[in-house]
Amino acid sequence: MIYRETGQFKTTYASDQQLFPILQDRVFVIGALAFAFVAVPFIASDYMFRAILTPFLILSLAALGLNILVGYCGQVSLGTGGFMAVGAYAAYNFAVRIPQLDLLVIFILAGLCAAAVGVVFGIPSLRIKGFYLAVATLAAQFFIDWAFARIKWFTNDIPSGSVSAPPLEILGYGIEGPQRKYLLVLAIVSLAALVARNLTRGAIGRSWMATRDMDVAAEVIGIRPLTAKLSAFAVSSFFVGISGALWAFVYLGSWEPLAFDVNRSFQLLFMVIIGGLGSILGSFLGAAFIVILPLVLNQLPAMLGIPLSTAMVSDIEFMVFGALIVFFLIVEPRGLARLWAIGKEKLRLWPFPH
Amino acid sequence: MNLRELEPGTEARGLGPTILAVEGISLAFGGVKALSEVSFEVREREIRAIIGPNGAGKSSMLNVINGVYRPQAGKISFRGETHAHMEPRRSAELGIARTFQSLALFKGMSVLDNILAGRSLLMKSNLLLQALRIGPALREEIEHRKRVEEIIDFLEIPHVRKTPVGRLPYGLQKRVDLGRALAAEPKVLLLDEPMAGMNMEEKQDMSRFILDVNDEFGTTIVLIEHDMGVVMDLSDRVVVLDYGRKIADGTPDEVRASQAVIDAYLGVKH
Amino acid sequence: MEALRRPSTITFFVLLAIAAVMPMVLGQAKFPQWLEVALGGLLTGVLYSLVALGLVLIFKASGVFNFAQGAMVLFAALTLVRLAEKMPLALAIVLTLAVMIALAWLIERLVLRPLVNQEGIVLFMATLGVAYFLDGFGQAVWGSDIYTLHVGMPKEPKIILEGFFDGGVLVDMEDLVAAIIAAVLVAALTLFFQKTGTGRALRAVADDHQAAQSIGIPLNRIWVIVWSVAGLVALVAGIVWGSKLGVQFSLSQVALKALPVVILGGFTSIPGAIVGGLIIGLGEKLSEVYLGPFFGGGIEAWFAYVLALVFLLFRPEGLFGEKIIDRV
Repeated sequence: MIYRETGQFKTTYASDQQLFPILQDRVFVIGALAFAFVAVPFIASDYMFRAILTPFLILSLAALGLNILVGYCGQVSLGTGGFMAVGAYAAYNFAVRIPQLDLLVIFILAGLCAAAVGVVFGIPSLRIKGFYLAVATLAAQFFIDWAFARIKWFTNDIPSGSVSAPPLEILGYGIEGPQRKYLLVLAIVSLAALVARNLTRGAIGRSWMATRDMDVAAEVIGIRPLTAKLSAFAVSSFFVGISGALWAFVYLGSWEPLAFDVNRSFQLLFMVIIGGLGSILGSFLGAAFIVILPLVLNQLPAMLGIPLSTAMVSDIEFMVFGALIVFFLIVEPRGLARLWAIGKEKLRLWPFPH
Repeated sequence: MNLRELEPGTEARGLGPTILAVEGISLAFGGVKALSEVSFEVREREIRAIIGPNGAGKSSMLNVINGVYRPQAGKISFRGETHAHMEPRRSAELGIARTFQSLALFKGMSVLDNILAGRSLLMKSNLLLQALRIGPALREEIEHRKRVEEIIDFLEIPHVRKTPVGRLPYGLQKRVDLGRALAAEPKVLLLDEPMAGMNMEEKQDMSRFILDVNDEFGTTIVLIEHDMGVVMDLSDRVVVLDYGRKIADGTPDEVRASQAVIDAYLGVKH
Repeated sequence: MEALRRPSTITFFVLLAIAAVMPMVLGQAKFPQWLEVALGGLLTGVLYSLVALGLVLIFKASGVFNFAQGAMVLFAALTLVRLAEKMPLALAIVLTLAVMIALAWLIERLVLRPLVNQEGIVLFMATLGVAYFLDGFGQAVWGSDIYTLHVGMPKEPKIILEGFFDGGVLVDMEDLVAAIIAAVLVAALTLFFQKTGTGRALRAVADDHQAAQSIGIPLNRIWVIVWSVAGLVALVAGIVWGSKLGVQFSLSQVALKALPVVILGGFTSIPGAIVGGLIIGLGEKLSEVYLGPFFGGGIEAWFAYVLALVFLLFRPEGLFGEKIIDRV
């Protein structure tokens, strides 16, 4: 009963095409955003910010980027960690070499660098697809790993190879402390989600989905596979690059190339699969799931009174991830986002049975 | 009896000059010859049928016309310009659109999005504007939405416009395929077995749509079809292929009477 | 075979030979040292091939790209090593084989059957899930220390060709034995595929699942057989790798390396897996030793993948694979 759309008639195309045409959706999203921006900073503990909220938001952004590439455009990528690294190191180099630049500008530039690299490594997608492309993106991942580990210029010749971000400041306003960092990340990620939604609803999003579903037919109606695929790589890597810069600057503070290795790529792919391919909400749900699961697994044995070593917990984590991937692929390939949509469908009738 | 003769005021059908011509097209896949020196032309506003037994090369012919296959020999002329071969994008830009025998719809997208995708060539706004969805990008979306809604009304599918096409029954999917091709406002429409798998009623609907498209928009139509009744009723002229060769070319009556055609369909070796 | 006669294949091998001997031409190395490096690389390549072999088998017979092959290798090695602690080696090997067959049956039942009509990429992601699960499960059950595997492989390196060259050439006997084992395995598998009824059925299934089913080939049983054979190959690979490196977690990273091997050799070719492995092993070692110093080292991390990338762009079917045709 809650989710009835009866009575909501649209009289113009503009109103039908707005971001959240159904009233209940609008209310929910505005409510959630208000809660996130206004209420959470006062309620949540430092631990929640540091361990849960901030990493969740940043990884959601990365998952969003990856979802654009894999979910909307159908191009499998196992090199996402590498593109995050490009964003992180680009931001670092801009910050260190041109200190006058404002932080937001640095993030955008980092995103653009990652987008450029993404386009270059996306060129093989014009000739190869599916898991062949996945292997090609692995080449990108390992090459980028190596480049940042070995080429001294990228790390400003610091001997230890571990670099640190300068203190964060936007327009003269310092960003210290978990609350402010959270708000900064929340603002950036919300904006990114809006942009992503606009793109996927528009002509370019349709060209991505057409290329994913049937690229020969897409070409026949005039969609250039080159433009569609490379734009997907570019936009995806832009978001992923910014998330890398955020991860390095806001979450980690100081980092090594290992933070962005192939395991990160797999982690992001899992987020996208579990959360739901081709869904913006899914990227958030998947990221939330993967951030929260280890924490739950850590607490659960203690709560149930079963003592488990940390190694065992980590092993169980692997097992649960693996099993869930298979489970979702079999049962609901469209992931948590689809389960959410089904839930909303049920809300149309509830509390009535039919 | 040809439907075209029944319509009032169509004595002079108003067919224009040749808009599309293929000359000496030969196409082979490895050792298999799909087409051998096929030539025919299509006049503007005409409805031209290509018929023939299975494996005659009909779909291959359409694929050559719109650039999906490249012939080993021959030329294609479109509106006066001659090309050695077409490419899919170029043919789309020139104004040739098509439907597919096996649908080739974008299964993950709604009816609306599928048909909107058909308007890709006509959409110009850039990435940044789309990202912010303001100004020209927004206006463009609304403009094209209007045109697409007209097509949806025309094809009588407004009740399923937001449904993902994968969930529609076959007959409606065929209409979406047609709609997507129409969305590009093409000069020439290539239809690959538009009635395949349809029952009597659906065929009548589809025939009506095809005739309406030809009448209202003046679109030239080249269609492949197996149902002889439909072919005889709808088309102005017919090309008959057999084993990749053209064996007849003329009005439906002429073709029906041709011995070569009768032999081909009865399987008589010639 | 015809693949060898294609101009691009010949060109590639010629270029490879030239690049390989470049260090000697340029005076960077003398023949004996070069031979050591080359042999070392080739023998490492054999180890990659063993893992790639399992990948090819499964792809050949079920069209599935088994990302979990490396995890299977590790799991087999772990199981064997831990069982061998408690019983004679031969018995442990037999038991481990039984475990791998049971694993094959489980994978077919729980993962492959429900996903039978999905596209390749979905199955690939499913094997990714299986890989993670197997990694976690293996370590949870058997523990995550480094275990040494004693199967009686020779451990002392031998110096050969002393008569020819000053000081002779150092060869790792263990690697040599591994190469021989691999050769035997490949011969056996090739015979199996070409000459037996089951082998023919497997090839039919790889070509077209539905067609194979419609002529009465029991798809599910075939898949269990294939995955069991792949499990056997994984066990052999696990024994060889484990004996050389010790059984540890990083063994599953080897799985990733097997991907470029299969791309080079062709997804459907057993000899291709061997040739691909040899080329990657050789290329990695040579480039690391002779090109490495110019780049600060660490080339081994990406050489295989970049080479695979080049192949994907110009020769996606690999050296010996079948050409992939897309029909509209």
